[in-house]
Amino acid sequence: MQQSRLGSVLILLAVALLWPTVGSAVGGDEPETPTTTTGAAGVQAYEGTLTEAGEPVEGVTIRVETLEGEEVGAVESGADGRWNVPITVPGRYRVTIDTDTLPDGVDLTDADATTFETDVFPGRPTVVLFALGEAVGTGGPNDLERLAQSTTNGLKFGLIIAMAAIGLSLIFATTGLINFAHGELVTLGAVIAWFLNARGPRWPLVIAGLLSVAICGLFGGVLERTVWRPLRARQVGLFQLFVITIGLSLIIRHVLLIWFGGQRRGYLDYRIQTQWELGPVSITPRDLAIMALSALILVGVATILQRTRMGKATRAVADNVDLSEASGIDVQRVILVVWIAGAALAAIGGIFLGAIESVDWQMGTRLLLLMFAAVILGGLGTAYGAMVGGIIVGLVTEISTIWAPSALKLVFALGAMVLALLVRPQGILGRAERIG
Amino acid sequence: MTATPLVEARDLVAGYVPGVDILRGCTLELHDGEIVGVIGPNGAGKSTLIKAMFGLLAARSGTVHFRGEDITFSTPHRLVAKGIGYVPQVANVFPTLTVNENLEMGTYLRPREFRKRVEAVDALFPRIGERRKQRAGSLSGGERQMLAMARALMMDPQVLFLDEPSAGLSPVFQDQVFDRVREINAGGVAIVMVEQNARRCLEIADRGYVLDQGRNAHTGGGRDLLHDPKVIELYLGTLAQAD
Amino acid sequence: MDFDVIFGNGLRAAIGPEAAIFALLAIGLNLHWGYTGLLNLGQVGFMLVGAYGLAITVATWGWSMWLGIPVGLLAAAALALVLGIPTLRLRADYFAITTIAVAEILRLVVRSRPAQGLTGGAFGLQGIAEPFYDINPIPRGTYGFGVVTFSENRLWVMLVTWVLVLLCTGLLVLLTSSPWGRVLRSIREDEDAARSLGKNVVAFKMQALIIGGMIGGLAGVMFAIRASSANAESYRSTVTFFAYTILILGGAATRLGPIIGAFIFWFVISGVESFLRQADGEGWLPGFLQGTEAVGAVTFILVGLALALLIVFRPQGIFGNRNELRLEA
Repeated sequence: MQQSRLGSVLILLAVALLWPTVGSAVGGDEPETPTTTTGAAGVQAYEGTLTEAGEPVEGVTIRVETLEGEEVGAVESGADGRWNVPITVPGRYRVTIDTDTLPDGVDLTDADATTFETDVFPGRPTVVLFALGEAVGTGGPNDLERLAQSTTNGLKFGLIIAMAAIGLSLIFATTGLINFAHGELVTLGAVIAWFLNARGPRWPLVIAGLLSVAICGLFGGVLERTVWRPLRARQVGLFQLFVITIGLSLIIRHVLLIWFGGQRRGYLDYRIQTQWELGPVSITPRDLAIMALSALILVGVATILQRTRMGKATRAVADNVDLSEASGIDVQRVILVVWIAGAALAAIGGIFLGAIESVDWQMGTRLLLLMFAAVILGGLGTAYGAMVGGIIVGLVTEISTIWAPSALKLVFALGAMVLALLVRPQGILGRAERIG
Repeated sequence: MTATPLVEARDLVAGYVPGVDILRGCTLELHDGEIVGVIGPNGAGKSTLIKAMFGLLAARSGTVHFRGEDITFSTPHRLVAKGIGYVPQVANVFPTLTVNENLEMGTYLRPREFRKRVEAVDALFPRIGERRKQRAGSLSGGERQMLAMARALMMDPQVLFLDEPSAGLSPVFQDQVFDRVREINAGGVAIVMVEQNARRCLEIADRGYVLDQGRNAHTGGGRDLLHDPKVIELYLGTLAQAD
Repeated sequence: MDFDVIFGNGLRAAIGPEAAIFALLAIGLNLHWGYTGLLNLGQVGFMLVGAYGLAITVATWGWSMWLGIPVGLLAAAALALVLGIPTLRLRADYFAITTIAVAEILRLVVRSRPAQGLTGGAFGLQGIAEPFYDINPIPRGTYGFGVVTFSENRLWVMLVTWVLVLLCTGLLVLLTSSPWGRVLRSIREDEDAARSLGKNVVAFKMQALIIGGMIGGLAGVMFAIRASSANAESYRSTVTFFAYTILILGGAATRLGPIIGAFIFWFVISGVESFLRQADGEGWLPGFLQGTEAVGAVTFILVGLALALLIVFRPQGIFGNRNELRLEA
């Protein structure tokens, strides 16, 4: 017994202290592969060209401000329609076109798209497109198109949440543990892939991603064997284990802060993408591929759960641990597999999210409550519940932007979860016994 | 009866909450081909006894042997491989799995024997055979009990631990349960059966153990215990209806 | 390496207003979780509501700060009601997730653009505590010794907050040693048993939620007064976890636990930070740990470690009684 205590403590210490030695980003240098169109090569900036019916539009003010509303720069478009706002600190900003400065008769084709919130990465300009045209009556995409677009976005986001949340649900089902550090598993996958892709060996994202998933899966397995299993054997209560996951979440998150740094960064691959127009919907090929892969992975997981011996054993353990033991199932081994697979799936989610948006040390933490929402909406304790719930959460989040300000979209998802807890706490696919 | 019991529990002490012992030193022997009944008032430790024997609950002191081998601290899934089956009282099926999948879990360790075993088990529990594709959670109480026993039999065990198999069932289903238990035993399976329904249990048991407050109170032949005035006193009404 | 400075920094933080504010938060949690077994993971939400209640009253509506304080407290009570009515019947971990979700919803809404008119959005609200400092009886100057010095304003806030801590501790002592407190404990031990004895369990839980929530709101009020502003950034879920660490450290369901826990917590955190900064200055730290950002991160890592180790090896904290603890979720 003394050894397992020591083991748990050592592992926690090791995790906290040894990681940063594997490459460091604090004060590190930036990759020198800018792919610029205009502007000084190697300097980050926002830029674009304003044209209307093929003719450049001059004298329009473009403003850039921080997310807190502090103005960082403002320029007027030149005679060639071009504008460029250099940015000193890479990160996420809001780029706004001042519609008052548009010449008469020229308007945004989408009157609502006056502001874009987007990242600028070190050493590279970010192109922001303001589409101008003749003022169109009621202007902009109609409601159906907006619905189609936000449904697509919601599905894209939801599939990723679904994938990442499967582990959360199965870990709860098989061990009763609510893993508050599950968000950090997502961030971990994204960050490790980043170090393999944008630093170090500079491998293509696909390779870096696969390796990262393997490492994260291993990490999940190590956690289970060295921390959770010995503590379960000591009959440490579920509440205490839950508090440990809170501590673990703080530790991993801040280790990543030290290692990766506080700013957002992107992968080297799949950055510059032109959108495809598929009917009413615009989507980049990268995002479409991610959606397809996510769906494929979800189907794969479902197939494994339904058809394979290990999958059925997993569902059995999720249903009833004691009965599974009584059927000859090695429950501890199933739990180990659940941790490895759950961490791997979370890592995949992180990499996809990092490819779609960007990588930062808090990306998984922001996702955690949404994952809880997914799992609760879908039904705590079933993998299928996590899948269904994840997609619903994604859809609710994105579709809400049609009617409500997008700053509140997470609020809607969380609100949906609270509502579900009050009305049908077992979720869509869950069973009533688990609740009160 | 053979000299070495098939299963032997000696002076078992166990409990759920640290510091509180439910079982305070219980002894039980099961011989080849026997049905052994375990009865006693609520809280006497009957379920705790077989959980401790099966390893679902850690024994705080005492030993359990199977064919002379010490299995006191073996994990339950290893005991299944050795030939011991267990049917819990509540939560005895996998509700989100289909009936068929429940039975598959029964042969988890030897999946290739599924076909063969399923036929044998079907013969014993025809009602279950009809409902193979149904989710186990949607079965009635009696059907679930049958499925629970069927699952345990899929591994062709030598020993079966049953925890209150007739609990909460209608009289018709109770009859069926006790009939099945006799049939299973006739097929060569030794059974330890914890029961609340003391009368019917002792009627089919070769030997019985009466537990009270975590200890052995009375031990003897099934029929003998049925007529023992001290045992009847322990149960007031139930056994008084026996004859 | 100047250990006097390290010790001084630790002491300064341990008796400072932040420690007192966190002690208040922990006292509220003590009532919720320590005595009643309510796993409220959204205590920072009560803090936020208290702070913004005050801030909105003063900065947005232009009324007196003395009106704003009760508004903040009432807002916290209202939150407890609104939160509790639908959720107190839920199982412990579901209740916990709901509280954390609600606290986060509040923070997101208060921070959002649409709410800017009322709450100042991402900028928050400023200039709300002048009347408090106006009545500061302490003459201008710096007080203390060595590194442990305070301006007259900081000293004033400190004193007032610690007095409030003592008052609330006294309140909790009264409440928990009363028959009402005994019912709370019995609910914590075994809700069903308490219910079967005819106690309206939900009503008792609600009362505990409201009182503990108002104490959390008071913490928010003092936090806003100390900073003379309210900003959503300060009300993240990590605040609740710090408060829990403090409570567990000092001992849940004890009288002095929150105070001792807050003292030790802030002492250690500031001491370690001071140590690391000095080590950084002397060039002792490896490359990746240099800079204020990294030092801050190490602090959080230590808190996480402390929480995990505490809950396994000494969940009753310094003063607590292991048997009093209800550890199963």
